[in-house]
Amino acid sequence: MLLSRVANSIYWMSRYIERAENIARFIDVNLQLSLDQFTSAGDPWAPLIEVTGDAEDFKSRYDRPTRANVMRFLTLDRAYPNSIANCITLARDNARTIRDIITSEMWQQINALHITVTRAADDAIREDRPVEFYHAVKEGCLLFAAHTDATMSHNEGFEFCKLGRMLERADKTSRVMDVKYFLLLPDAEDVGGALDVVQWAALLRSVGALEMYRQVHGVITPGNVAAFLILNPQFPRSLTHGLLQAQGALTQIVGPGNRHTAEVERRLGRLRSRLQFGQIDEIIDTGLHEFIDRTQLELNRIDESIDEAFFRYTPPAEDVFAQQAAQMQQ
Amino acid sequence: MDFSGYRTQGYYDELIEDSGAPRPPAVPLLDRLLELEEGEIQHRQRAAERAMFESGTTFNVYHEEQATERIIPFDVVPRILEAHVWDRVEQGLRQRIQALNHFLTDIYGPQHILHDGTVPREFVDLGNITFQKCMTLRPPRGVWCHISGIDLVRTGDDEFHVLEDNLRCPSGVSYVLENRRVLKQTFPRVFGSLPIRSVDDYAEKLLATLEHLAPLGVDRPKTVVLTPGIYNSAYFEHSYLAQQMGVPLVEGSDLIVHDGFVKMKTTHGLRRVDVIYRRIDDDFLDPGCFNPDSALGVRGIMDVYRSGRVALANAPGAGIADNKVIYAFVPKMIEYYLDQEPILPNVETFLCGRDADCRHVLDNLDELVVKPANEAGGKGIMVGPHASQAERDAYAELIAENPRGYIAQPTLSLSRVPTVVGDGLEGRHVDLRPYILYGKDIYVLPGGLTRVALRKGSLVVNSSQGGGTKDTWVLSDNGHAPSISI
Repeated sequence: MLLSRVANSIYWMSRYIERAENIARFIDVNLQLSLDQFTSAGDPWAPLIEVTGDAEDFKSRYDRPTRANVMRFLTLDRAYPNSIANCITLARDNARTIRDIITSEMWQQINALHITVTRAADDAIREDRPVEFYHAVKEGCLLFAAHTDATMSHNEGFEFCKLGRMLERADKTSRVMDVKYFLLLPDAEDVGGALDVVQWAALLRSVGALEMYRQVHGVITPGNVAAFLILNPQFPRSLTHGLLQAQGALTQIVGPGNRHTAEVERRLGRLRSRLQFGQIDEIIDTGLHEFIDRTQLELNRIDESIDEAFFRYTPPAEDVFAQQAAQMQQ
Repeated sequence: MDFSGYRTQGYYDELIEDSGAPRPPAVPLLDRLLELEEGEIQHRQRAAERAMFESGTTFNVYHEEQATERIIPFDVVPRILEAHVWDRVEQGLRQRIQALNHFLTDIYGPQHILHDGTVPREFVDLGNITFQKCMTLRPPRGVWCHISGIDLVRTGDDEFHVLEDNLRCPSGVSYVLENRRVLKQTFPRVFGSLPIRSVDDYAEKLLATLEHLAPLGVDRPKTVVLTPGIYNSAYFEHSYLAQQMGVPLVEGSDLIVHDGFVKMKTTHGLRRVDVIYRRIDDDFLDPGCFNPDSALGVRGIMDVYRSGRVALANAPGAGIADNKVIYAFVPKMIEYYLDQEPILPNVETFLCGRDADCRHVLDNLDELVVKPANEAGGKGIMVGPHASQAERDAYAELIAENPRGYIAQPTLSLSRVPTVVGDGLEGRHVDLRPYILYGKDIYVLPGGLTRVALRKGSLVVNSSQGGGTKDTWVLSDNGHAPSISI
């Protein structure tokens, strides 16, 4: 049993760290890609803004999605709530309020990340070894997850950490796939046509999936890429894996006899089973974009239900003092 | 290191005699310091500071939008108190806190001490709204000030004076515990050769004190620490104490009055809370009862407290005795309620609310320390001998306008303790805040927080004004380290 405020802070601390890691991965892969001098699929930076779902915000402050602008927006822009710098700061702000709950290793790792990011000047990232910076962010985030796993008791707080991390990861994988898939394969009829293998490989790499994909499917085909990233239960950044893990965490949290959690259990369980028992042909036939869209909608609803069930649970009013006061006035 | 040039300069030095020889209990420590090679003391000093920073023993300093975390400066040379010296101080503290508790019970009840004029009615702020709201309260087990810190200054071998009674939410005990932890790493061998009384059981004693207050019939009381939140400068301490006791650290918004009880909002619904160690002031505790604008407290909590279904420590209203005017009457209270001679005297105090005292104060501003009656943390203090004529004139006006709002005391020659300055030691003035727990019994933490004025010649020990802290060693009676039996 945790204080609602504490559970909320753990959940978001973990989500923000995972978010920062994912953004660092996306940018890292784009940097590698833009070093290869052929850009048949056009500029890789604009789609990255689409992946975040925050294109409006970007357009309000930047004229064009150039490499410099996109990197600045996603990395150090304090006015953009989901920039890496803000994610790390928000994770740290949350961690600060629960230092008596998390371990000092976790706290020190968040601090180290915070220092890495706050010391990184804009220009240093762009001109001087950006790759090293994004690697440092990625590794820093992974180290935080490792400290969580190895130093914190696997108690309710830990499960909220896991729940936040897994839902955030599922959200990010689904977004990057949605945008890139549409970009690389605007017409579903093209399946089987000439492929820009470099770009498809980059999509897999942006979620760290290329090597594991090869072991399962070998050559790259759009259908197999979708199948791997959505349905593979073993790959740690696939949607199905994320939802299975999230459901496991939720089961640990709920325990027996908790009556106000039915909604969140139902929503999470339903999405998990839709993914776990989904088939890629059916998904592509009915429209991959529509499928992902619905998945994201469900992920948002799950987040809302978690908020209601655990963080904002308010009992029906039965304040005896208020009642007594009311009776006295009568 | 070499400290042959160390001079006590006419002050009482707690480790070194006027002749320059170490006081007997300080011999093992000073021997160890002598052995240190050049630069080693600074090295250890820095290592200790780093250890504190890493453990998060920090407070927040706010500049514009950026918050920075700092440690309170810590000096690695400890203060050492001998058993017989400390034992008398401890008795004095027990006596004083008992008298203060009697006073609170009396003042919120029959007010005998006012009726017979022992404490003149006009010196007690009876019109105070907090006082009025607490008038009918009866705290559980008859104790008002469960956790207090009484500030002392030393002027000679056996001369301690009480400077201030802190009965609201005295802070600093976490530094006592952390200072000890760090100093054990700094001078492990010295610890082995001196019988230093442990401070490690404070959290355990605090928890027992709190649980003792639980409403009757509650077997396993749920205790929490209530903090104003992370922006409070003492947040580290709140979090530290909660962690050490293994109880939840809650904010006002985590609590709700529901069904006649105080409950906390958890992931499994509402859970009843029985005892609250509140680190927020009376005024902010319940917007429904005290300050209506308070966003820190819990609406309705005072109703639950009044009904006996939750305990609060310290009891609301205890602060009325934490006031520099009431302070002046504590020696009288000890005689009045306990029929005893005060063991620890006050510093001579002039109440500007008395005509004769006020004239004396105005005539001697250049020799006195003037303090506002109701401020804490060294705020609004004027040290006459160090002030300019203009400052003294300004205070003379303030006092004339509101004489009851001010008291004055002679400047004291505070004791000093050797302190690391550069690669050597210099004497710096110190005070002492021991911590007292009043539950089923009275427990006094051995030693307490030694605050040191790090600026040369300064008498101001507050951390907001250039003060730091030291570890405080109270020795056991036998004079030998506890032997380890195999």
